[in-house]
Amino acid sequence: MLSRGCVRFQPTALSEELSVTLMSELRRDKKMRKFGSSDWLMRLGQVVLLLGLPITTLADPADRSISPTNIFAPVSTPAHSIIGLSLFVLAVTAAIFVIVAGLLVYCVVRFANRADDDGREPPQVYGSNQVELAWTVIPILISVVLFMATARVIASVQKAARPADAIQVIAIGHQFWWEYRYPDLKVVTANELHVPVSDPAHPTPTFITLLSADTDHSFWVPRLAGKTDLIPNHPNTMWIDPQQTGLYLGQCAQYCGTQHAKMLLRVYVQSREEFDRWIEEQSQPAQASAAVSEGQHIFQTTACINCHAVNGTVGDGRFGPDLTHLMSRETIASGAAPNTPENLRLWIQNPDAIKPGSKMPAMGLSDPELDALTAYLATLR
Amino acid sequence: MSTDSIATFNVDMASRPLVAKLHEWVTTVDHKRLGLLYIVYSFIFLLIAGIEATVIRIQLIRPHNNFVSPDVFNRMFTMHGTTMIFFVVMPMLFGFANYLVPLMIGARDMAFPRLNAFSFWLTAFGGILLYFSFLGANGLYGAGNAPDVGWFAYAPLTSKTFSLGHSTDFWTLSLLVSGFGSIGTAINIIATILCMRCPGMTLGKMPLLAWLNLIMAVLVILAISPLSAAQIMLLVDRYLGGHFFDTQAGGSAVMWMHFFWIFGHPEVYVLVLPAFAFASEIIPVFSRKAIFGYPVMVAATVCIAFIAMSVWAHHMFTVGMSANANTFFVLSTMAIAVPTGIKIFNWLATMWGGKIHFKTPMLFSIAFLFQFLIAGLTGIMLSAAPFNWHLGNSYFVVAHFHYVIVGAILFMTFAAFYYWFPKMFGKMYIETLGKLHFWLFLIGFHLTFDFMHIPGLLGMPRRIYTYEPGRGWDTLNLIVTIGVFFQAAAIVVFVANLLWSYFRGETAGSDPWDAWTLEWSTSSPPPVYNFAVIPEVRSRRPLWDRKHPEDPDWKYE
Repeated sequence: MLSRGCVRFQPTALSEELSVTLMSELRRDKKMRKFGSSDWLMRLGQVVLLLGLPITTLADPADRSISPTNIFAPVSTPAHSIIGLSLFVLAVTAAIFVIVAGLLVYCVVRFANRADDDGREPPQVYGSNQVELAWTVIPILISVVLFMATARVIASVQKAARPADAIQVIAIGHQFWWEYRYPDLKVVTANELHVPVSDPAHPTPTFITLLSADTDHSFWVPRLAGKTDLIPNHPNTMWIDPQQTGLYLGQCAQYCGTQHAKMLLRVYVQSREEFDRWIEEQSQPAQASAAVSEGQHIFQTTACINCHAVNGTVGDGRFGPDLTHLMSRETIASGAAPNTPENLRLWIQNPDAIKPGSKMPAMGLSDPELDALTAYLATLR
Repeated sequence: MSTDSIATFNVDMASRPLVAKLHEWVTTVDHKRLGLLYIVYSFIFLLIAGIEATVIRIQLIRPHNNFVSPDVFNRMFTMHGTTMIFFVVMPMLFGFANYLVPLMIGARDMAFPRLNAFSFWLTAFGGILLYFSFLGANGLYGAGNAPDVGWFAYAPLTSKTFSLGHSTDFWTLSLLVSGFGSIGTAINIIATILCMRCPGMTLGKMPLLAWLNLIMAVLVILAISPLSAAQIMLLVDRYLGGHFFDTQAGGSAVMWMHFFWIFGHPEVYVLVLPAFAFASEIIPVFSRKAIFGYPVMVAATVCIAFIAMSVWAHHMFTVGMSANANTFFVLSTMAIAVPTGIKIFNWLATMWGGKIHFKTPMLFSIAFLFQFLIAGLTGIMLSAAPFNWHLGNSYFVVAHFHYVIVGAILFMTFAAFYYWFPKMFGKMYIETLGKLHFWLFLIGFHLTFDFMHIPGLLGMPRRIYTYEPGRGWDTLNLIVTIGVFFQAAAIVVFVANLLWSYFRGETAGSDPWDAWTLEWSTSSPPPVYNFAVIPEVRSRRPLWDRKHPEDPDWKYE
């Protein structure tokens, strides 16, 4: 499972790379060529890790009970390739640690001043060119190997070609929530990203364009991919190719202001059919029934519509999350609370009770107004 | 000036009233007094920033804790980071450089004593200005507040749009002012080392401490200048309608990152080189051997300084640089591991075949070697850009740089405290309390910073005032917080030890460690003029030559 990511690596993508010069030079040497093999890296990494590093428990993808955001339990390609490399780097550094720390312990034990010491100074040694050359050259070789292993994973992730049937999503970071737009599918939603699962035989990865409406943010769902920042005036892209359905969690990883901590990420990886059905539902305008017309009236005549949009009403604000299909989401306030009518009511009445410092203002509505508005929102499915 | 008249001058001072004595300290241009002022000043800020760290850790002791509000938490981590870097570690190391460099090169003072005093007071004013923000930042708005933009203050959070009031201005101005102080001190250190060495001390015969501080000072000038430029640009943005970093008007947030990190990464070496300097003096003395491979140690230091100027964007692997740029910074960052590794091996080789005396300074030095090794290895993990896409901005990176700054630099600073305390005050510290301090701090350090790596691997980003339960972070954060209290207890022991020893300690004598560099050839504490007669040296260890005339170093160098 772990090796899958690196199998995807395409050598052609490296062609104009700085790294390629070094790589081709090394290919001439048959022995060194083995270092280029990801399977080799991976196997070595796993062997060393099994030798008793505490990290072993984290590295077992089957054990998800440790954490839903464990970087060592990847289910998507960039995360797979990253972990393959990471295990190799961990193995090399662990080996260096064992050797050097061993030397240190040996020195401390072996050369401790004895109680029966004669008090004379030990022989003075000023240096040794051979020894110093050795511990210059060996680290250089290790660095070169690590560098090349790293360079090819960088290329495989950053230079991956976009297949024609990739899903296109624009993620916009706001203080302190996420806006998601599917430009090809004409869907806008917030805080809960839905993507189809990708079949390795016929991959349908999701390419995400990252924008920011205000300050810097960072999109990090550890089991899907590494993080990429959302920076105003600086569009970024990333991609995920998830191979298992499920809900994957994460959160904003670049300090963005007061409520950076509760800018949570939820990515729902769905089967293709479920995803298509979800898109179909999200494409519908809001259906309002007469029973909640009072709440709808409040929504349309107070400050709600300055920030929020509900498709099919006069509300077309863009500062806050689109509420057209609010009730299709499991959480509110960017994952800070479950989406229940009680929480919704509290959120409108006093947002600070759920997420102090969020940009949602307390609306100052009376209790009957709150009830009516909550009843209306509860119909936005 | 004869020795007699100087002695009389000293007696005069001792009999003066307190106000006059304090006046002496405020107006002093003596490098030793300025060194002590730097050290005491930074120690006070260490306690303040330590309290801020404790507030942060108490808030994170369990998920959804309500010890402080998000705003207070954000101010605490901003102030903690800014204070520790600019008003604790830098002035602390400048203090030791100020105190030790002239003594170790056989000079009577720094090259520019008045500039030295000016630089100290600029730095001191900078720290006070930063803390005045608690009272004055919001001015007439009300209660005031401290900066809350994080210690690297990424744009556009610092723009007027997102940072109302004056808290960011206090941050900017205090760093600008203390930055000028740092540049002044750096110029002074360079001039002193290049121009004021005693007869016989060629560059190749300087103690390594002087070499490392020379390189450190060069890096200070190279690093602080872009930071000061960026601070001025930020002020222009905020008050003169500039748009350097104002993204809403077409400015570039990424440019701030480049400016900040081209300061920020050399800054790491500015902080760690003096720690290396202490290690290069203390490890040989307590191993009873000359430093192994002196020329290679110097070359590795120069090499580190060069490479340090080309690694800054490894702090920016997640901001969406091109694959080529990422690859370059991977290469340069991994390259810097080589000279750093050489240093570790040379220290080990210095201990190899020696007779190691486990006094408190040596205990801290051994722990430094162990912890710096780990910090370097986690640094290699972070330098692999794809791994960094996970680890960057997570608690793993927080643990990594605390391993460098606490595990390496602060440990080595404690070693330096104990090693040179007898020289500075003429009194011996209490060895038992020193060892108690060491073990308490070691336990606390490892509880806090070993366990801090793991939440990062489990997806916990830094700078969050609270976190969700059920992510596997709870127990780890509890352990991390428990470690803080061990460290706090260790600091109490440390302060008690130094205070008690200062007032009641045994007289240390001029050379308690049987050491080899020039500062141990003068009395403890050294007289105002340092050396009655300017010494002449023939090797890197002049006191070894004096103690072993049958087998002096200069025969081999």
